[in-house]
Amino acid sequence: MNLELSDEQQFLRDAARDALSRTKTIEAARETLDGGARPDLWPTAVEAGWAGLLVSDENGGAGLGAFDAMLVMQEAGRRLAGIELLGHLPASALLDTGGYAGIEAVAAGERRAAFVGAVPPGDLDPEWTVDSVSGMSRAPAPTFDGSTVTGEVAWVVDAPGADVLVVVAVQDGSPVAVVVEDASVEDVFRYDPTRRLGHVRLEGAAATPLQADVAAIERAWYLAQALLAAESVGAVEACLEMAVAYAKERFTFGRAIGSYQAVKHGLVEIMRRGENAKSLLYYAGWAHASGPEEFAIAASACRSAASDALDYAARENIAVHGGIGATWEHDAPLFFRRAQLSRRLLGGTGASIDRVAGELLAGSAPGPVAPEGPTGAAATAVEG
Amino acid sequence: MDLNDTPEQAAYREQVRAWLEEHKSEAPVLEGPDALPEDQVVDAHRAWQRKLAEAGLAGATWPKEYGGQGFGPIEQVIISQEIARARVPGILDVIGVGMLGPTIIAHGSEDQKSRYLGPMLHGDEVWCQLFSEPAAGSDLAGIQTRAKQEDGGWRLTGQKVWTTNAQFSAYGLILARTDADVPKHKGLTMFVLPMDAEGVTVRGLRQITGDAEFNEVFLDDVKLDDDMVVGQVGNGWGTALTTLMFERVTIGFGSEGLGYRPQRFAEAIAGDEAAVRDGDVRQRLGHITTELLAVRFTSYRMLSALQQGQIPGPEAGLSKITTVNASIAACDLVADALGPDALREDTDSQLSYHTSFLPGLKSAGGTEEILRNTIGERVLGLPPEPRLDKGIPFSELRAKEKEAAAR
Repeated sequence: MNLELSDEQQFLRDAARDALSRTKTIEAARETLDGGARPDLWPTAVEAGWAGLLVSDENGGAGLGAFDAMLVMQEAGRRLAGIELLGHLPASALLDTGGYAGIEAVAAGERRAAFVGAVPPGDLDPEWTVDSVSGMSRAPAPTFDGSTVTGEVAWVVDAPGADVLVVVAVQDGSPVAVVVEDASVEDVFRYDPTRRLGHVRLEGAAATPLQADVAAIERAWYLAQALLAAESVGAVEACLEMAVAYAKERFTFGRAIGSYQAVKHGLVEIMRRGENAKSLLYYAGWAHASGPEEFAIAASACRSAASDALDYAARENIAVHGGIGATWEHDAPLFFRRAQLSRRLLGGTGASIDRVAGELLAGSAPGPVAPEGPTGAAATAVEG
Repeated sequence: MDLNDTPEQAAYREQVRAWLEEHKSEAPVLEGPDALPEDQVVDAHRAWQRKLAEAGLAGATWPKEYGGQGFGPIEQVIISQEIARARVPGILDVIGVGMLGPTIIAHGSEDQKSRYLGPMLHGDEVWCQLFSEPAAGSDLAGIQTRAKQEDGGWRLTGQKVWTTNAQFSAYGLILARTDADVPKHKGLTMFVLPMDAEGVTVRGLRQITGDAEFNEVFLDDVKLDDDMVVGQVGNGWGTALTTLMFERVTIGFGSEGLGYRPQRFAEAIAGDEAAVRDGDVRQRLGHITTELLAVRFTSYRMLSALQQGQIPGPEAGLSKITTVNASIAACDLVADALGPDALREDTDSQLSYHTSFLPGLKSAGGTEEILRNTIGERVLGLPPEPRLDKGIPFSELRAKEKEAAAR
């Protein structure tokens, strides 16, 4: 067992940190809220080779794994960099294995892809569903008739401006992944200035099916969950650093506020949640590479933990800063905006928690080397 | 990132598995309907530990010169996993072999090592840890058991509590105050205590579950020779920290999450159709599962770091906090789903047992609040809360505490 990052992974992470530090992404987010233009970070992604991260060597990509992509997403999350990889990467994985003719341009980043995914059926719900524009009810996934696709998918991440949409649709009750290159996408802005969202409306749009079985289509959905989780973990780390630094320098009643237990325990709780979510990134990364039957529960658990951790961290960061943390000029609200919108995307956090329960109840047995075991030995090692 | 065995590790796992396969019929049955009568359990478990030790499956990380295998942490984990897989008990003396033996290896004299380590490893002499006291748990350096020096030795008087295995231990490692006129961390010394020494009384401490898993140990003018001092006189705190560090390592080796696996809780409600379809039940189960899965992978991260030669820091305590709270929530969920029947105490389900056991576990190894303080200060680098005990001789501190309480 070795969970240390390899030299290549460390290099990938450091390079991502370095490349993203060249743009003042957090300042830019505030300016966008004030009506400025969103910074276009896609050229940065292309230059760094991230567009082809998950595309195989023979198709012009880097042939790396999900965990490697998560390392880049963590760095993007840390700086609130809206880099359009969350939509592109799951789509690129399906295009890579699906026999898409234009894969090399996608790998090179000359053409940007976006994933119009659907939530796979669970232990209680037999249907493939997508997010609706409003309300609790889920919409059915679009339908494919062999040459065209019809349906509406709301709140699709990174869809506006994408050259290629990879749409999960249903044909005769079975899921298919199809490519749509000329779709109507309504560009929608919602709350978080770093996120590009679109409502995708397909009315008999020309579509080409990819070679992708049910497992591959499910895998793409859970990959998106894991990538969102990684991005959230990076943002949690940024919130924790910000809050800890302030708790050391802000004094009340003659001492630093970080010395008060109430403040200290809140900061440790950010760390606890963040570290739990980070550990689950390893689970998702492992399962994607070596334990496919556990990828659904791993990615769902990872996404749940990370979304909740970021919600907690973003609120606590504001609270530790006091009133100043809730002002327009401060960075804390931008992380809060990120947290609130992210929780509601890609099926929503509640659905991912439900999926964890569903997978467990349906008998998926988590853990690669899980000991079946008595509680005794370790429990008695804890002395009072 | 690799969770799989290397070829060498896989070969070792195969070897351990083969030994267990061959010998598992000799293992004692400690739980369930076929369990041994209570009065035979300790001796049977002791004999099993001897077999494991002779096969090199106890104290694998101990140096070879003291009877261990000189292995790294990963081989110890492989042993723990294979023992769990074979559904046989591990060693009896987890506390001795996991924590106290390594402390003696680190701080003890050569005579102590050659006298005590062999019988400890083989289960011939079980050990207990005599640290906590009624008035000193999380604030361990505040212990009041006194050791007074006399010609060629010491006299110990005081009381210890939460002492696992004391009722059948041959020895204990005991922390006592040898100098009350210096600040509290400085006046402590670690000793070996023969549990059959005159003046030692062990009394079972019955808990909320009805079982007596712990003991109180009373010391009434117990005489110890000078050669029972472990490490230096006055350096007991440093020695104790070594034990506590090995406690964290041992918990990591054993079974991630103290054995509280999410499946256990899911299985309890999986047969109830209404519970399985209930949105609230599912959300709660999903949260609990997420937390317990996170603990598992946190322990893999810790093992991986151990393997690189890093020593686990106080952040390891976060896993205990997560495990205990998630397991409490899980017991609560199962009882909500199944109703009062879930709290029956006359079945093998153990749910009621854990429901009762977990609230106390919250304080085991330091209360949750103290763990959070320590992690905040030592890991996040936050400033400590102002303390009234810094630099003050222990005797003065006690006087001040008494005065404040009387006000």
